[in-house]
Amino acid sequence: MSAYILRRLLAAIPVMAIVAVLVFLMLRLTPSDPAAIIAGDFANDQQIAEIRSKLGLDQPILTQFLIWIGNMFQGDFGESFFYKKQVAQLIVERVEPTISLSLLAIVLTVSIAVPLGTLAAYKQGSWIDRFVMGFSVIGFSVPVFVVGYLLIYLLAVKLDWFPVQGYQYLSDGFAGWLHRLILPSLTLSIVFVALIARMTRTSVLEVLHEDYIRTARAKGQSELKVLVRHALANAAVPILTVIGLTFATLIGGVVVTESVYTLPGLGLLTVDAVLARDYPTIQAVILLFSLAYVLVNLLVDVAYTLFDPRIRY
Amino acid sequence: MAVADATPVRPRVSAFRQLARSTSVLIGGFIVAVMVTIAALAPWLGTRDPAEVNPSVRNKLPGYEATIRDDEGKKVPVSYRLGTDSLGRDIYSRVVYGARVSLIVGLTVSLISISIGLLIGLVAGYIRWLDGIIMRFMDGLMAIPAILLAIGLVSVFRAGIFAVVLAIVVPEVPRVVRLVRSIVLSIREEPYVESAITVGTPTPLLIFRHVLPNTVAPLIVQGTFICAAAILIEAILSFLGIGIPPEIPTWGNIMAEGRTLFRVFPHNILYPGLFLAVTVLGVNMLGDGLRDVLDPKMERRG
Repeated sequence: MSAYILRRLLAAIPVMAIVAVLVFLMLRLTPSDPAAIIAGDFANDQQIAEIRSKLGLDQPILTQFLIWIGNMFQGDFGESFFYKKQVAQLIVERVEPTISLSLLAIVLTVSIAVPLGTLAAYKQGSWIDRFVMGFSVIGFSVPVFVVGYLLIYLLAVKLDWFPVQGYQYLSDGFAGWLHRLILPSLTLSIVFVALIARMTRTSVLEVLHEDYIRTARAKGQSELKVLVRHALANAAVPILTVIGLTFATLIGGVVVTESVYTLPGLGLLTVDAVLARDYPTIQAVILLFSLAYVLVNLLVDVAYTLFDPRIRY
Repeated sequence: MAVADATPVRPRVSAFRQLARSTSVLIGGFIVAVMVTIAALAPWLGTRDPAEVNPSVRNKLPGYEATIRDDEGKKVPVSYRLGTDSLGRDIYSRVVYGARVSLIVGLTVSLISISIGLLIGLVAGYIRWLDGIIMRFMDGLMAIPAILLAIGLVSVFRAGIFAVVLAIVVPEVPRVVRLVRSIVLSIREEPYVESAITVGTPTPLLIFRHVLPNTVAPLIVQGTFICAAAILIEAILSFLGIGIPPEIPTWGNIMAEGRTLFRVFPHNILYPGLFLAVTVLGVNMLGDGLRDVLDPKMERRG
């Protein structure tokens, strides 16, 4: 087991190395001169040359790459062009809203989607089943920001239950934090509720026809126990897979949701950085999110063994 | 990977019959057909110039009637069916013209991603020593979340439709490469291909005769999903203000413009949002239906 985890961790290293190369090259191999873009349309040649040497852009590309990677290993992601502070510090400041939003969205998703999908499978063909199937198609297609503005319009503007925008840090009180996060998390979770409810339904349906379910029922176990202990436990692996695979979509959703609700997290930082062509920040955020994506999928792989003892490595 | 039957004629006929019976294909196809018609006939659907700014009719609610002077100075009555934005531009016209940009982006992205992905996938499947290098590279690309990769790429190029298309193509290519490569690898194992290799069929002929026909169905399905994803990502980029330049009417741009006054004029976001959602829904349903009929074993990607 621990040998397996170690092997998977080692396998993630070359992937991250390639991500680092790609993120580095993205900026350097473009047709346009990054120094000129950073300097803006009104800069003269001398200003551009200054920026170029300040960024080390006048050195050979391999040297640049090695310096960049070496600095990152020391936690130095460079200085933001726009905010004029260390990117590492900027990320630390902005990380709380993003983590809060993602975690709450995942909690919401799982607590809505798994019961819904299980119920749909249990009552296959009923109105709830058809609702889940219909919802899963629609939920997958309606863009996050459209969902966001619909919810804002109904629950914040019309009914005035929630604030329209903004974030409150957890240190300023749990109630306020939660109150401001419910709407964004709900927005972000809709698409995943759609996906995971559908996946849960399919997996539970497959399992429900197995012999051991019949055995469990025959020995007089309650229906709830049959569903949770036997059906759902066996459906956990495919559900987990979907959570891992959709984590990239979650990250995309975070960027959009933070923008809609002006939550000062990493997503909003990314958009602001792109608008300001703040390359050190863009590079660092993309690397960080990719690392999170790779690690989550690693965790999902490892979690398989916990949920399904048949899987052995 | 599903491999088509050895007799290509009969399954194709039944595939068409199945397509006509599939509800997803019918509904999805209908929605897509309506959107294509709207996009194609945009100038004749009672629209005005979508870029025309008119300060006298700024921020009007849907159904607003006004009399404005045309180019020759004559007074003409104008009805703003879906209201106007903060520059006095007609939302209805902008939404209708926006269909053009969305569909063009969706179609171009899927065509380019499929072509590039097919080429790289064939190379990876055939030239064994390149396979490892190419696939590690693709793994790296796929480890960057698609929207972030697109955001990173648009930040590098100067804003424009081509930059946006390119930024959406790059994250989609690795998925096509993987698909094509897996088809190539499974087909190489087929007895009829092995015998073709044994009798000395040249590789290009082998690819054209045996490999390419087997990639058509999965690539059509994949292309449809890419199209839906591309329409969505374009709208997201434009909505975030980092996509297609704001003067070009796209659904994302209309929504981005409508953000500031959303509380008072929600229609600026809701109407383009509705068009966007319905279009993406239609394309996705079409893809779902096509997959069920053409390629039942293919998994939907997450």
